[in-house]
Amino acid sequence: MLKYLFAKEEDIPQGTAAVFFAVSSIAWFIIGTGLGSFNAAKLAFPDFFHGSYALQFGHMRQVHVHAVIFGWIAMAFAASMMYITPALGNTKLWSEKLGVWNCLLYNVGLCLALALLWSGVTSGREYSDHIWPIDLYIAFVMVLPWALNVWMTILNRRTQGIYTTNWFFGACMFMTVIVFLIGNLPEWFHLTGLNEAYMTWWFAHNILGLLITPVAAAITYYIVPKITGNPLYSHRVGHLHFWSIVVFYSTPAAHHLMSSPLPEWLKSFASVEGVLILVPAIAYVCNILLTMQGKWAMFVENIEIKFTITGVLLAIPLNMQGGFQQTRAINWYIHGTGWIVAHAHLALLGFSTFAEAAAVYYGLQVLLRRKLYSSSLANFHFWMLLIGFSLYWVSMTIAGLIQGAAKIYEVPYMDVVIGEHPYMVVRWLGGTMVFFGNIVWLYNMVMTARAGTPVPAGRQPAEVAYTR
Amino acid sequence: MAFREYKIGCWMFGIALSFSMTVTIFLPSIDISSMSSTKEALEKQLTYGWESGFNYYDPFLQGKDKPIKVILNKDPMTGEAIDETAAYVFPAGTHFPNGLTHDNILGDDVQKASVELGKIDQASEEAGAVFLVQTTEDDVPYIENATATRGWQVDAVLNAAEQKIYAGAGKTMFIREGCWWCHTLLPEQTQDWQTFGRPPLVGDFNGESPTTFGSDRKAPDLLHVGSRNSSREWMTMHFFNPRLVQPHSIMPRYDYLWGDKDANGNPIDLEAWDREYLEYAKGNRVYPPEVPEPAPDSEARKLIDFVLNLK
Repeated sequence: MLKYLFAKEEDIPQGTAAVFFAVSSIAWFIIGTGLGSFNAAKLAFPDFFHGSYALQFGHMRQVHVHAVIFGWIAMAFAASMMYITPALGNTKLWSEKLGVWNCLLYNVGLCLALALLWSGVTSGREYSDHIWPIDLYIAFVMVLPWALNVWMTILNRRTQGIYTTNWFFGACMFMTVIVFLIGNLPEWFHLTGLNEAYMTWWFAHNILGLLITPVAAAITYYIVPKITGNPLYSHRVGHLHFWSIVVFYSTPAAHHLMSSPLPEWLKSFASVEGVLILVPAIAYVCNILLTMQGKWAMFVENIEIKFTITGVLLAIPLNMQGGFQQTRAINWYIHGTGWIVAHAHLALLGFSTFAEAAAVYYGLQVLLRRKLYSSSLANFHFWMLLIGFSLYWVSMTIAGLIQGAAKIYEVPYMDVVIGEHPYMVVRWLGGTMVFFGNIVWLYNMVMTARAGTPVPAGRQPAEVAYTR
Repeated sequence: MAFREYKIGCWMFGIALSFSMTVTIFLPSIDISSMSSTKEALEKQLTYGWESGFNYYDPFLQGKDKPIKVILNKDPMTGEAIDETAAYVFPAGTHFPNGLTHDNILGDDVQKASVELGKIDQASEEAGAVFLVQTTEDDVPYIENATATRGWQVDAVLNAAEQKIYAGAGKTMFIREGCWWCHTLLPEQTQDWQTFGRPPLVGDFNGESPTTFGSDRKAPDLLHVGSRNSSREWMTMHFFNPRLVQPHSIMPRYDYLWGDKDANGNPIDLEAWDREYLEYAKGNRVYPPEVPEPAPDSEARKLIDFVLNLK
């Protein structure tokens, strides 16, 4: 990596930035899920590792969240955008050199940001925990150069139109920058009170809704047609998905605070808009699943399609929960319980992670021109992720229902803690499976770079047979 | 090649996003900002000071730049007995909360009463000030600058204090130690009245930052915990090792907030304490080891003050 920092732009091979982002994202995925597994162990066994005060749950919880969001999810997005955007524009990435610098400064900034969070230096606002100097660094050093590369590549495309995936990439980067700058206004201008509380959740909602889920969807719009060879089922349904995301997903932020004293009109508006999230959700899932027509065998045979379609199928319960759990009738029961934790992991570890893992698997094979080292290890990774995630999701959903019932029937809180204990243990086991699966993944990708069968020019990795 | 420019799409995108920003940011902010402070909001601002998260004046969240809440039983200047009064002492250089430095935080009536009756416009951060929370005959809460209205000086009030409550610094500990990842400060409007007390009102938060509602209730809500359990002894044991008073608790131990020495100046040896506790847990001891009393300037004391002050 270092040798490309000061190389001339034309001397840097295409895809370098994407490869660096992809490898970093896998490393951060291991770190992030390792932290998650450790935190889960502490919730099951509170005196686990007692005495290491640096490893306090209250200091590590947000480090897990930000390691997976900024490290794994966002860097896997950056990796995907840096090879998919030019491929769809029939051009080169606008600047590989900017991309390489971006990746380096991204990793440096993330280490610094997480170290500060770990030591307790925080703004005290969930999801925008970073202190404002770090916010500025994230916005102008980590995100804007990345967005610039995506936008300029789209502007410099050599195709007439823009494919669905690239609408999403360009628009989501724009919305992310706007959401990040507006969402952190309370810190920059010391806004206080309910305004601050509301904007904290406005930020949290929109960063998920306008970056994490639509970009994951955009990746599947590329991966599925590319690998199956089927054209996207409907460009028009893609339009419906895109526009309904922009209009419906950017408005229901207040549904995160249904039990707070926000103005009632705002809560009702947010709740109705929240149900309308089903419009882009159904459009999207139908579009992708119909694109698979005639190629369903690949769901079993092809590792990238297996990951992608699993992610798309997980988007169904995700959006059904997301659309309805925020209505007053259901929010009343499950607000603030483990159900929400399960739902958040369904979005990030379920839908989004599976889509990104596919993009990273595919991207590294294409960019390195190497066939995946081992299909068995990849399948092992897939099942560790899927079973680990399912254990996590089911156990936390049950724990959430217990908490919800206890909440409305006014059960003493200690009885809830006792009742939840077995599910906390299962959650820890599930998270640990994901962690070990990811270590295997890193090994598989390193071996792919070193010993994968070369893919001939003009061929897809899927067209080359596995040799082991 | 003729490039499609996507002019209509760009316009539609701009209009859609602007519409969404107007409805979800601009309109709510007008509505929320028009809410008047309640008495709780005034008390919270005066207890917690300018900012409890990361800020210039306390970048490492050590509880600096915070006011001290004191309980008075006598007039600090004359020494005459008075009804028990809570006063909020801002030593010289302590930054004031937003409600005292911005005109649009308290709400029109509260602001008017605070200036006309409470003389808050005469308070100065450089010189320090002592504040009280009062109510007018029309039931409008307001802030009284006792330094201007009664001549109460910072040092005199601190000397006359019956009790000093470091809840402002304690909130910083609450945020730094991540208590709010499990304990919410937001009883829910629909069902928490019996167990966790009255949900907050819309004006209860003016000027407070951050509000730390919390989102994941892995533990009891704490907004009114000081009313449910006001035992300092119980809180001290619970923070040192929650399993001492609640065998099934999954809360972490916060024994490291005690620092090096206890209230009597004896060194605290956490490892030795742990060994004795383990003996107790195994059944080899009848009683657990004694929990040291936190020193007056320890972080544990501040955090306990904050929690007990949540009435």
